[in-house]
Amino acid sequence: MIRGVKGTPTPPPARLLAWRTRQASSRARKAALGLSGLAGLLLLVEVLPYSGLVSADFLPPTHRIAVALVGELATGAFWSALWDTLVAWAIGLAIAVVAGIVVGIVIGAVPVLRALTASTIEFLRPIPSVALIPLAVLLYGTEIRSTLMLVVYASFWQVLIQVLYGVQDVDPIADETARSYGLGTLARVRCVMWPTALPYVMTGVRLAAAVALVLAITAQLVIGAPGLGSRIAVAQTSNAVPNMYALIAVTGLLGVLINLGARGVERLLLSWHQSVRGEVLV
Amino acid sequence: MRVLVRILLAVALPIVLFVAWWLGTANSDNFYVPPLSEILSTFPEVWTWDRLRTDVLPSLIRLAVGYTVAVLAGIALGVLVGSYRRVRAVLEPVLEFFRAIPPPVLVPVIMLFAGIGDTMKVVVIAAGCVWPILLNTVEGVRAVDSVLADTCKSYGITGASRVGHLVLRSASPQIAAGMRQALSIGIILMVISEMFAASNGLGFTIVQFQRSFAIPDMWSGILLLGLLGLALSILFRLVESWALAWYHGQRRAQRGPS
Repeated sequence: MIRGVKGTPTPPPARLLAWRTRQASSRARKAALGLSGLAGLLLLVEVLPYSGLVSADFLPPTHRIAVALVGELATGAFWSALWDTLVAWAIGLAIAVVAGIVVGIVIGAVPVLRALTASTIEFLRPIPSVALIPLAVLLYGTEIRSTLMLVVYASFWQVLIQVLYGVQDVDPIADETARSYGLGTLARVRCVMWPTALPYVMTGVRLAAAVALVLAITAQLVIGAPGLGSRIAVAQTSNAVPNMYALIAVTGLLGVLINLGARGVERLLLSWHQSVRGEVLV
Repeated sequence: MRVLVRILLAVALPIVLFVAWWLGTANSDNFYVPPLSEILSTFPEVWTWDRLRTDVLPSLIRLAVGYTVAVLAGIALGVLVGSYRRVRAVLEPVLEFFRAIPPPVLVPVIMLFAGIGDTMKVVVIAAGCVWPILLNTVEGVRAVDSVLADTCKSYGITGASRVGHLVLRSASPQIAAGMRQALSIGIILMVISEMFAASNGLGFTIVQFQRSFAIPDMWSGILLLGLLGLALSILFRLVESWALAWYHGQRRAQRGPS
């Protein structure tokens, strides 16, 4: 809030005000266009089955999917499946983030370790996480641990790679300055390395959050661990096509919410950083 | 001498891990974790040329076809959506929604339309890979340098040559980033679609081993899948550094001599 000398709010300059109004109206127009796109999608799905291009058995019209969705929302089984998915997602993501940050900072802080581990990381990272599915089934069956194994493996690399990039980005002059002021290793990690790496860490967490959801649902779909994924598999085998579409829409919405949430957290934690603060308006 | 040290550093940890795995499982009587020596001796027995031809090759062909379709469709649609601001505003939420759907849940949907044959798997791979390419192309096209765009306009470069020389060129680093994401999604979908319903393929074979409790065979399959992922990512990086050599050179020049 801009305040005048005597504590009364000064009116913002007219130019600024006009700019703000323009911004707000262009944002409103963009939102309206986006909503019209979504409405168009719903309308298209409603009309397509009647046009005879696709059979209603394969793609039911929107209103039947909506009815199925309301039916799903009324069952307790849906909510417990959603809960199972979210729990597996959250625990897996938390383990991967903590492990990724700790391992990344330890490796990044010690140059010898970085040289030693680079080849191994490059080797292990591209191994597709789904290769572990048979192993997870044998070791843990349909328990939550088999889902966790895949989620943690897939999202760990996302965090680790970003942390390593971030640690590499530390300004050598800042580091030397901290050194000459006699800061110890821990203090330098906290005051120099961590703030530099934080934007990268947040990018890693955002990517990992999306990957974790994909792997959680995939594991449930393929292995049959309880959750939204296995509910989709059940809907498929019992030929409840509208329910299947409704559940898939729920996973999509969940993905969008997780993306938005991760961006919000990023903006909150990095409000001091150039990339979020943006250019100062003059 | 310095090269020697670097090579030593690069191979030291893999050797340590390999030896640790070898010794750690040497006397393993855990049914699920067989000795590494057993897995390695099973490897050439299981993955014979015949097996590679009947199971690995079909998987790779399906991946290649699906991925190519996704790249072409993603870039074409992305240029279209990215070039018109209004189209972008209308479609952006819809595209974000489709990207947020975990790709493997497409398998049951596409099975409805395309049955369980090769078409289904190719469509699944294409439908999963297209989103990161499409959205990255949109971003790249949107961020075309305005000075370059104006220069093109004043030189009268329009139409196809504008797309080829200006739009695609300046968007290509972004497109490559999308293609890299799409490749790992493609590998995942290749395996998942075969685990669901197939009569051949890498994913199918590995699940078959697991169901028949042929544990060393299954481990050798996991190893092969890992090697495949590694090989494809190395291949991608080679192609990328060749195709985007101008971009990496420009970046290095901007950062100044170091």
